[in-house]
Amino acid sequence: MISIRPAQALDLPAISALDSRITGSTKPDYWRDMLAPDRHFLVAETERGALAGFIAGEIRAWEFGQPAAGWVFAIQIAPGLRLHGVGSRLFEALVARFKEKGVTRVRTLVDRKDHLILSFFRAQGMVAGPSLQLDMDVS
Amino acid sequence: MKLQTATRLGLYAVLELARDPERTLSVMELADRFGVSSHHLAKVLRTLSVAGLVRGDRGAAGGYRFTGNRRRTTLMDVVALFEPAPGQRAKEPGEDTDIGAALQRVLIEIDEIAEATLRSISLETLLKSNASFLRGL
Repeated sequence: MISIRPAQALDLPAISALDSRITGSTKPDYWRDMLAPDRHFLVAETERGALAGFIAGEIRAWEFGQPAAGWVFAIQIAPGLRLHGVGSRLFEALVARFKEKGVTRVRTLVDRKDHLILSFFRAQGMVAGPSLQLDMDVS
Repeated sequence: MKLQTATRLGLYAVLELARDPERTLSVMELADRFGVSSHHLAKVLRTLSVAGLVRGDRGAAGGYRFTGNRRRTTLMDVVALFEPAPGQRAKEPGEDTDIGAALQRVLIEIDEIAEATLRSISLETLLKSNASFLRGL
């Protein structure tokens, strides 16, 4: 049985460790900033209290000229607990919080070569949005 | 994005059969449903069969049924059976010029976005997201 609740400072070491294990980069300051009151940071935990996954997002108004939307910044699920609906539960919980705040649109950015996470968001019902991300190497 | 006829037929057949994996449909039934040539579709189904996505049963009640994994099979898996991989395309005349190379970079960018989209949509996701629409047909 998985339960979803807001993340707390005590969760940060486990969140940072899970993210580091999956992405290979360590960014504890980034995760600490996600605890800010204007952010939505949720964790999923097992019956034994172990971290099963987390999701982080924020509502941004007029970002890139668009009306308020809930942005999903990150989602990670412990590799051994994938394919059990943990990610969907976290996503649904975050969307519910966005909707409580009056938001009617959810957005995210995904690496187009990251087929796993792209497939996940597609399975939640997300489709290509109206914007195209552009970037440029300025080194 | 322009798909070859065989690719489009492959997607039609796989998605129609994957809607109900217990159901068997003959080549004629599938061809009638989409208004396409049964001869062409039979060839496409043989390719899908070799790939393990469908299985053909012989006999009077023969036909095809879906034998793949709806959650694991993406639209790209089907497309890749019929379309050449981006790296395997024959070089077009003019690609070695500066304009040709610049144009090629744009076309590669488009291909990468198309591939990412096709690879991110499983048969399950497509059938589920369009369930209410498909039920109405």
